[in-house]
Amino acid sequence: MSVRVSWRQSVAFTGTVIKYLAVAMLIPLGISLLYREDIVVFLLSIGITVIIGGGLERLDDDPQLGAREALFFVALAWGAVALIGAIPYVIAGYGTESALGHPVNALFESMSGFTTTGATVTAEISFERHSHALLMWRQLTQWLGGMGIIVLMVAILPEAAVNGAQLIESEAPGPELQKLTPKIAETARLLWLFYLGFTVLYVAILMGLHYAGMAPDMNLYNAVAHGFTTLPTGGFSPQAESIAAFSPAVQWVVIPFMLIAGMNFALFYLLLQDNYAEFLRDRELQAYLGANAGLIVILWGFLFTGSAPPLELGGITQGALENSLRQATFQIASLLNSTGYATSDFAQWGTTAQGILLFAMFIGGSAGSTGGGVKIVRWLVVIKAIRRQLFTTAHPNAIKPVRLGGHVIEEEVIRAIYGFTLLYLLTFGVATVLLLVDAGRVGLDLTILEAISASIATIGNIGPGFGFLGPFGSYLEFPATSKLLMILLMWIGRLEIIPVFVMFTGAFWNE
Amino acid sequence: MYVVIVGAGEVGSAIAASLADSHDVAVIDIDGARVEGLMYDTDVLGIEGDGADIDTLEEANIDEADILIASTDDDETNIVTCSTTMTVTEAFTISRVKNAKYLRTWQGSDRAFGIDHMVATNLLTAETIARVVGLPAAQDVEVFADGLVQMAEFEISESSPVANLTVQEADRYESLTFAAVLRNDSVIIPRGGTVLEPGDDVIVIGSPESVHTFAHELEPDSDGKPNILIIGGSDVGYHTARLLQERGLKPRLVEQDHDRARELAESLEGTTVLKSDATDREFLLQEGIEDVDIVITALDNDEKNLLAGLLAKRLGAGRAVTVVDSGAYVDLFEEVGIDVAVNPREATAEEITRFTREHQAENVAIIESDRAEVLEIEVDEESVLVDRPIRESVGDLPEGVVLGAITRDGELVIPRGDTIVERGDHVVVFVEIDSLEEASSKL
Repeated sequence: MSVRVSWRQSVAFTGTVIKYLAVAMLIPLGISLLYREDIVVFLLSIGITVIIGGGLERLDDDPQLGAREALFFVALAWGAVALIGAIPYVIAGYGTESALGHPVNALFESMSGFTTTGATVTAEISFERHSHALLMWRQLTQWLGGMGIIVLMVAILPEAAVNGAQLIESEAPGPELQKLTPKIAETARLLWLFYLGFTVLYVAILMGLHYAGMAPDMNLYNAVAHGFTTLPTGGFSPQAESIAAFSPAVQWVVIPFMLIAGMNFALFYLLLQDNYAEFLRDRELQAYLGANAGLIVILWGFLFTGSAPPLELGGITQGALENSLRQATFQIASLLNSTGYATSDFAQWGTTAQGILLFAMFIGGSAGSTGGGVKIVRWLVVIKAIRRQLFTTAHPNAIKPVRLGGHVIEEEVIRAIYGFTLLYLLTFGVATVLLLVDAGRVGLDLTILEAISASIATIGNIGPGFGFLGPFGSYLEFPATSKLLMILLMWIGRLEIIPVFVMFTGAFWNE
Repeated sequence: MYVVIVGAGEVGSAIAASLADSHDVAVIDIDGARVEGLMYDTDVLGIEGDGADIDTLEEANIDEADILIASTDDDETNIVTCSTTMTVTEAFTISRVKNAKYLRTWQGSDRAFGIDHMVATNLLTAETIARVVGLPAAQDVEVFADGLVQMAEFEISESSPVANLTVQEADRYESLTFAAVLRNDSVIIPRGGTVLEPGDDVIVIGSPESVHTFAHELEPDSDGKPNILIIGGSDVGYHTARLLQERGLKPRLVEQDHDRARELAESLEGTTVLKSDATDREFLLQEGIEDVDIVITALDNDEKNLLAGLLAKRLGAGRAVTVVDSGAYVDLFEEVGIDVAVNPREATAEEITRFTREHQAENVAIIESDRAEVLEIEVDEESVLVDRPIRESVGDLPEGVVLGAITRDGELVIPRGDTIVERGDHVVVFVEIDSLEEASSKL
C-alpha cells in the first residue's frame, strides 16, 4: 500500500505548533515564579516541548500542505497539543499521590482542557493539592483551545495562511467557512481579537465587582482563571465549587458572557461595522437566544415549584424567586452551549429538571462560536428539512427549497448536515454502550443516565454529567480504557468528527 | 488595494491568483461551488451572486473597491456590471469583452458604459498571433517601453544552429540579453558557460532588431515574407488577417460559411478569402499547403483547431499556430505537434493583471504559467538601482533576477556591469516567481 499523503509535512507543521505551545507555558512559569511553586515543573515542560517541537519541525524544512495534508495536520495537531499539554501534570504529579500524575489521567485532563470540555479527573481541586501555576495552566489550555489553536496559527504565522481557509474550515465549528475579509489571516486575527477583547472586558468587570466589595473571593487570580474558561465555553475552575464559590453578583455577570461565548464570533464583525439590524436578523442568533430563553423559563417554573431539594450549594429554590431564576438561567446558559460551569449541584435535582438539562446538552452553541455540540444552525436546517419532507409527502409535486433567513440552503449542504447529525448521534449511542460494557467489566456501578451523560458531556465538550459525574464530581473512577475512549470522544467532538474519522478510511491515504 | 473581480472562470481565477498575494481581492460568481472552490485555492473573499446586481456588489463592499474587473464569459454582463458599479462608486473599472465592436464604441467616446479600461479578448488574441508570426520560431513575444524593447521566448530545436552552444558562444548581439533558460520544469539563470540544449526554451530581452536577427539565426531558412494560411473566419481570424495585411503580408483565409466568407472578403482587401472546409485534404493540397510557412487555425472550437492544424502540418505546412480556448489544453497541443498554442484567456488575464499593477510596474509578461515574470519598472529614488553601477546593485537583489534592458529618454541602453542607472529610467527585468515580492519591493 503506497501512502499518498505527505505525512512528513503535516508532522513538521505540527512541530511548529508544539514549539509555540512552549511560549504559552511561559504564563504558568511566571505564576510559578510569583508563588514560588512548581518552577522546575514548567522549566522542564518548556524544555521538553521545545525539543519535541524543534525535532519534529526538522522533518521538513519547508512544509507545503495540500488539501489532505491540511486535514491530517489539523487532526494531528489537536492530538499532539493534548499530549504536550499533559506534560506539566505528569511532572508535577511524579512521586506524589496525586492521581493527576498518571499519564492517562494527565492526558484526559489536557484533552478536556484544549477541547474546552471541562470534564475533570482530579480527586480534589485545591491549592493544597495542586500549585497555582498548574491550575492556571489547566485554565489556559481551555483559552487556547477555545477560539482554536489553528485559527491562532493562521493569524500569526504567514506560512500557515497559505492554506488557511482549508485549515480553519477543518477546525472551526459549524458547517461552513465564514470569511470576514479577503485575507484569511486577517479574518483569523479579527476572530482572536474579538475573543481577547471579550476576555479582557470580562476580567475587568469581575475585578470591578471585587473592588466594589460585591465579590470578596474574586481576586485577580480567580478573575483571570475564569476569564480563561468562560469565553471558550470551557468550564474548568480552580475552585472545587465552580461558580457556586462566588457571590450571586458574580454569577449574574458570568451569565451574559457565557451566552456571548455561544454566539457566532463572525457576527461581532457586523457590530464593528455598526450593522446592528443585520446582527439581530441572524436566524441562528435568534434561535440560540430563543432556545435559551424558552428552556430557562421552563426550568425556572420547575425549580420554583420544587423540582430541586434544598442544597448546601445552590440553596433553596422552591418559592425563592431570585434564586430559582438565577439557578435556571445559569445552568441552561452553561450547559446548552457546552460551558459546564455550575452554581448548584444539579446532579441532585429532580428528574424533570435533570431531563431539561440533558435536553439542553444536545443543542450546542452556534456555528463559529467556541461552543461544542451539534450546533444550533444544524438543528435549524434539520428541523426545516424534516418539515419539508412532511410537506412534500402531502404534495409530491411541490418543489420547496429549504431556506434559512432568506437564503436557500443547497441540497448538498443539507445532506452533509444530515450526515453529520446522524454520525454524531450514532457515535454518542455507541460510546454510551461501550462505557456501560467497560464499567460492567471492572465492576464500576454506572447507571444508564450516568453513561448517557458521560457520553454526551465528552463528545459535546460540555464537561459535567449526572450522578457521580455531576458538576462537583469527577471522572476519576472510570477505568483507563473508558478514559481513553472519552479522550477520543473529546478530540473528535471538538473537530466535529469528520476530520478525525476520515483519517481512518483507506480512501484518505490512497488514491 | 482592494480589487473586486466579477466572474470566477479561467480568466477571473487567473487574475485573482496573481493579485491575491499583494492585494485584498473579492471574487463574485453566480456559481456557488466555483466560488467555494476558489476560496480554498486562493486567499480571496468569495461571494456568490450576480455581479450585475447592485445588492451583490454592495455585499462585496464595492464602495471601498479601488478596481473592479468584470471578467465573465458574457460581454453584455461585463458591460452592465461596469455601468452598475459606476452608479455607486468611483472605482476604476476594467471590462473584458470578446467582440471588438464594443471596443470600437468604447474607443470612440469618453468612458462609454462607465468602463475605464476595456480588454477585447479577440483582438488581443489576434495581436498575440500576429506578434508570434512576425518572429520565426518564437513561442511568445511581448513588447515593452513603447516598442523599444522586446521580450521573446524561443524553443531551441534539434537542428537549430545554436543548439549545444554555450550562452557566450550564442550571444553575439550587442543589444540582446539572455534572461533565462526554461528546461523541463526549472528556470535556469544563464551564465556564460550554460549550454543551450535542444528542447530548452530561451527567453531573450533586447531591441526589436536584435531579437529579430536572433530569430532568423535560429531558423535561417525563413525570409521576410512568410506564406500564411488562416483557417477559420471567426472574429479572431478576421483580426489576425487584418493585422497581417496591415503589415504588408498577403495572408489567405479559409472560411466554410459562404455568407461569412463574402463578408470577410469585402472588408479584407489584402487577404485572399477562400470558401471551403479546411479539413478537406484535396482542397489543402490544391492550395499548395506544402509551401505554406505558417498555418493559423482560428475555428470556433479547440478540437477542430487541433485537427486542422495537425492535418496542415502533415501535408507539409511549416509551423502551426492554434487558438486554444481551454487553458488546460495548451501544453497538450504543443506536445502533439502544434508549434504555438495561443490561449485567449491567458492573454486576457495577463493584460488585465498588467493594468491592475500599473502603479508599481509599467508592464508585465507572465512566463509559462506563472513560473516567472518580465516586468517593466520606472526607477525612482527608493530603488536599489538608482545612481549606482549595476555591478554593485546586483548584489542587493535576490537571486533569479536578470536586468534585460534599460530605456532612457526613448533610447535603448543595454545594461553592462558599469552602466549607471538613473532616476526615470525604465528597466525591463526578468524575475523568477519566488523572488518576485522581494524584487519588486527593491526595484
